[in-house]
Amino acid sequence: MSIASTQKKGFGAILWDYLTTVDHKKIGNMYLAAGAFFFLLGGIEALIIRIQLIKPENDFISAGLYNEMITMHGTTMIFFAAMPMLLGFMNGVMPLQIGARDVAFPFLNSLGFWLFLLGGILMNLSWFFGGAPDAGWTGYAPLSTSSPGHGLDYYVMGLQLSGAGTLMGGINFLVTIVTMRGPGMTYMRMPLFTWTTFVASILILFAFPALTVGLFLLQFDRMFGSAFFDVALGGNSVIWQHLFWIFGHPEVYILILPAFGIFSEIIPTFSKKRLFGYSSMVFATFLIAFLGFMVWAHHMFTVGLGPVANSIFAVGTMAIAVPTGIKIFNWLATMWGGSIKINSAMLWALGFIPSFTIGGMTGVMLGASTADFQYHDTYFVIAHFHYVIVGGVVFGILAGLHYWWPKFFGKVLNETMGKIAFWLFFIGFHLTFFIQHFLGLMGMPRRYWVFLENQGLDTGNLISTIGAFFMAAGSIVFIINIIYTTAKGEKAANDPWGTGRTLEWAISSPAPEYNFKQLPLVRGLDPYWIEKMDGNTKMTPAEPLDDIHMPNGSILPVVISIGFFIASFGFIYQVDNKSWLIVLFAGMVIAIGSMLIRSLKDDHGHHIHKEDLEKEAD
Amino acid sequence: MSHDHSLSPEIHDPAKATHEGKHKYLGLWFFLGGETVLFASFFATYLALRNSTAGGPSSQELFGLELVFVMTILLLTSSLTSVYAIYHMKNHDFKKMQLWFGITALLGLGFLGFEIYEFTHYITDYSFTFRSSAFGSAFYTLVGFHGGHVVFGLSWLTALMVRNAKRGLSLYNAPKYNTFAIYWHFIDVVWVFIFTVVYLMGMVS
Amino acid sequence: MSHWMGKLKTLLMLSFTAIVLSACGKENLTALDPKGYGAEKSMDIMILSIVIMTAVFIIVAIIFTIAVVRFREKKGREDYIPKQVEGNHTLEIVWTAIPIVLVFVLAIPTIITIFDLADTAEAESSIKVEVTGNQYWWHFDYKGEEIQTSQDLYVPVGKKVYLDIQSSDVIHSFWVPTISGKMDANPENVNTMFIEAYEEGVYWGKCAELCGPSHSLMDFKVVAVSQDEFDQWVEDMKNVNPEEKPQDAVASEGQDLFEANNCMACHAIGSSPVAVGPNLTNYANRTAVAGILEPTKENLVDWIMDPESIKPGNKMTGNYPEVSRDEAEKIAEYLMQLDHSDVNPESAGGIID
Repeated sequence: MSIASTQKKGFGAILWDYLTTVDHKKIGNMYLAAGAFFFLLGGIEALIIRIQLIKPENDFISAGLYNEMITMHGTTMIFFAAMPMLLGFMNGVMPLQIGARDVAFPFLNSLGFWLFLLGGILMNLSWFFGGAPDAGWTGYAPLSTSSPGHGLDYYVMGLQLSGAGTLMGGINFLVTIVTMRGPGMTYMRMPLFTWTTFVASILILFAFPALTVGLFLLQFDRMFGSAFFDVALGGNSVIWQHLFWIFGHPEVYILILPAFGIFSEIIPTFSKKRLFGYSSMVFATFLIAFLGFMVWAHHMFTVGLGPVANSIFAVGTMAIAVPTGIKIFNWLATMWGGSIKINSAMLWALGFIPSFTIGGMTGVMLGASTADFQYHDTYFVIAHFHYVIVGGVVFGILAGLHYWWPKFFGKVLNETMGKIAFWLFFIGFHLTFFIQHFLGLMGMPRRYWVFLENQGLDTGNLISTIGAFFMAAGSIVFIINIIYTTAKGEKAANDPWGTGRTLEWAISSPAPEYNFKQLPLVRGLDPYWIEKMDGNTKMTPAEPLDDIHMPNGSILPVVISIGFFIASFGFIYQVDNKSWLIVLFAGMVIAIGSMLIRSLKDDHGHHIHKEDLEKEAD
Repeated sequence: MSHDHSLSPEIHDPAKATHEGKHKYLGLWFFLGGETVLFASFFATYLALRNSTAGGPSSQELFGLELVFVMTILLLTSSLTSVYAIYHMKNHDFKKMQLWFGITALLGLGFLGFEIYEFTHYITDYSFTFRSSAFGSAFYTLVGFHGGHVVFGLSWLTALMVRNAKRGLSLYNAPKYNTFAIYWHFIDVVWVFIFTVVYLMGMVS
Repeated sequence: MSHWMGKLKTLLMLSFTAIVLSACGKENLTALDPKGYGAEKSMDIMILSIVIMTAVFIIVAIIFTIAVVRFREKKGREDYIPKQVEGNHTLEIVWTAIPIVLVFVLAIPTIITIFDLADTAEAESSIKVEVTGNQYWWHFDYKGEEIQTSQDLYVPVGKKVYLDIQSSDVIHSFWVPTISGKMDANPENVNTMFIEAYEEGVYWGKCAELCGPSHSLMDFKVVAVSQDEFDQWVEDMKNVNPEEKPQDAVASEGQDLFEANNCMACHAIGSSPVAVGPNLTNYANRTAVAGILEPTKENLVDWIMDPESIKPGNKMTGNYPEVSRDEAEKIAEYLMQLDHSDVNPESAGGIID
């Protein structure tokens, strides 16, 4: 057990500890918790959408509220639920997997988290201050520039804050992986999850600035009277679509690649077999990322870009099927000849393969531009991306939660409840979304507040809504499982699965503050498995026991984030009343002042002393 | 692992002698990768809108090469002086480093002064503003974001120079100076693109 | 497309629709039963891609099932350590190469059809209609014919009709699933596409780009009639006399009220550049009130009395003087008598219920 957690602490002290922490594991846990919270919000919004669509011409919610609901559902799920939870895994697992004691920029890492959290809170506060954004999560101009009220302003500021936070996280992971790999941990010995963290971080780095620019243009048009999207003054609304999708398509891979990484850890562990075609998996990851930047305009086939552009982007899109196919077949080949143990974590991974394959199939179908003229902006697209994002990313997150729960929280989740949750969610998922492929082709565009009577869309929508409730039930069982495990679960061993392959399973569950008392010597891919096969129970140390240097905690990331949070209100409301500029400046002073303090005040960190380490158990 | 930050003579590059230094160095390069996409997006937006004058003044009417040429010289020179400063840092000569960084800051300030003059000139003499047309919005946003980067760089440099004036060079602050210098070069490169894409292309077409 | 594809198509349409769904949606709304040039091309590519993808899925599913069943951990052999296989070059090349081939098989016909559908060679010699998307209705202006209409687009069957699509406000998207794929209506540029209906009929059209609260209520129709009927319709529409007095007294009063309340500021009757609101020429033959309601007088009265309750966020609400129910009924009576052509939705076979 770590030094910190052996001492009994009061609530205030724990709160302060989390507010000031720069420990990547605690930050990871906070990402997971915040992501889960937003996941529930987004889920409730999804249920409201499905209730509205349970029957034709329903009036459960009004048209305006419906548009707010779909916008917040999409934005919340992508930016505030899926991505943060994946960042949580990256924080919690990646440094352990490469044999590092810390990340390269612990302070920045913490700042990234708080910016994301306050960005998410900011956007959701719009519900209470005059209405949420209502132009869809894609916020197409000029609907977004002309949307009345402040909903879209909250959208802009919320995404701007959390986007900056995510960018910081990405840079931190990149530098960590390049510079902090432990002794013997060469690039081609890195676990696949670390690889996908690396590649997803590259995507974050090069994709998010495009969104930042798009949001600035939208912000300037809405708040300061510029004319980027104002056709009367020569503006062009298609620019927004380009910028949004230059970010938006890589964003899909920012989500799915880490999920691929999670499956690439789970499938070998529970097949007791090394990952088949490791190098081609790494290569395919890079190829998907590269192609992911080349295909943004396949979201814009009906914009009128012309046949040449449509053809190029169609072929590029289809090409992504090749590296994705390589991955699917490698996972199958990993299981082939193995000894497959099916528990909850593995069940989610097994459920993923056929579900995601369907999503991939419809992806290629959507890439065929001629056919996309029919699919585009219908429920077919809704079905497709939910197969990819739920069937891929959410399944990945749930698989990862079962798999690494003991490493994060020291307890193994209950298996029975895990399986019940899986089957409820899995059945509900297919029930909800499979039928939507057909609804789309039968003439139901997406973002429809009502569908009309007698248009042959009633049964399909009813089935879809029923499925959504199954998914909700599955989620509730999972929550009960968490509560039950926290209260009753038994303490987990270092390697609770017995077949762990990577470094995180060589240390205690949960990991101590400094991760590794002595940095381990890595002798190949799957280093812990290698030691176990050689009859060793733990890793061979690569260094003598010595003092460990650790970064100091700081409250400044919270203060900086709050500064920007306050300034955001200034930005939003100065449109109505210029005296809000005071709030804007006050927020900026807090934020920039804190940054200055950080910059000018020396922080050399602290040491955990050798003598204290010797007292700790392994 | 020692965490003594004093400078010993055998250290060749004090900016990259510590773990923190290496992290900062690499992290800044990655950050500049993201910044490149940021400016590329602004450039693309500008290129798409540069003829959308909505009846207002066009680039040919507005731009004058003399002013922009002087600004270019100032900023390019400031990049050069920051190279001298880093050279002296590697020789562990703190005073000369501060001196050359001081000159860098002054040149940057000069650039900024001219830019402010340029914007005021357009606004008062041509009534060409951020709100005049899509071209106006795109111009002020692209050039303004660059200017904003210059302001940030100058504040950063000033803070560093004042903070460390009495402390001398150490392994703790050398990486900070070094990352600033790389950032400053980046701003310079962006300006070269602005000079070409905005001003030169704006004069001819 | 080639002969084999036609056969495959029939086979697939049968099995695919029969197994998965009892019906493939409402006739003249669904994209799965194409009756126009663009929809047919899209369907061809859809079927080709579904065939390829289903084959891939079946292969994945078979390998997956065998792997999970055959290689499950056996009771009593929990300590068994399988052989740690690094990879297999032959296999890896196979499952890289085959998808590349499949991508080519799909990409080539896709590109051919993309260019085919973007072909504007016949645009000059064909009927051209300027289509304008508005919150939340569609305006149609027949080029060179001085005919403007709204919501119902009349086209001759078997002919390419070129549409110059644009928006007056936010982005909309023009979609008639049974006849053709969609094209966005952007505020800054005109997008051109053609539609060609193979059969006479009234086809549902939908807006397919989020455009505000009433996005889902922005329906329209394409009425495909025979060439003779279309010519007749053009003739009728050109000869509309907007000043014409209705026969009965109630409708006459309605006409006076229509004028007194300045409805013409937005709604033209007859050919007119006014397009603030829908052009109401030939209103008696409209397939729907406000694009979505049964074309009855009661519905029209409801609309005139309180459009907000029918289409939230519409631009009519609050922009005209308050009218009593009595007045609204008279106006409705007047509009319902604006029967300017004998060519109507019934000529095209009527609306499918």
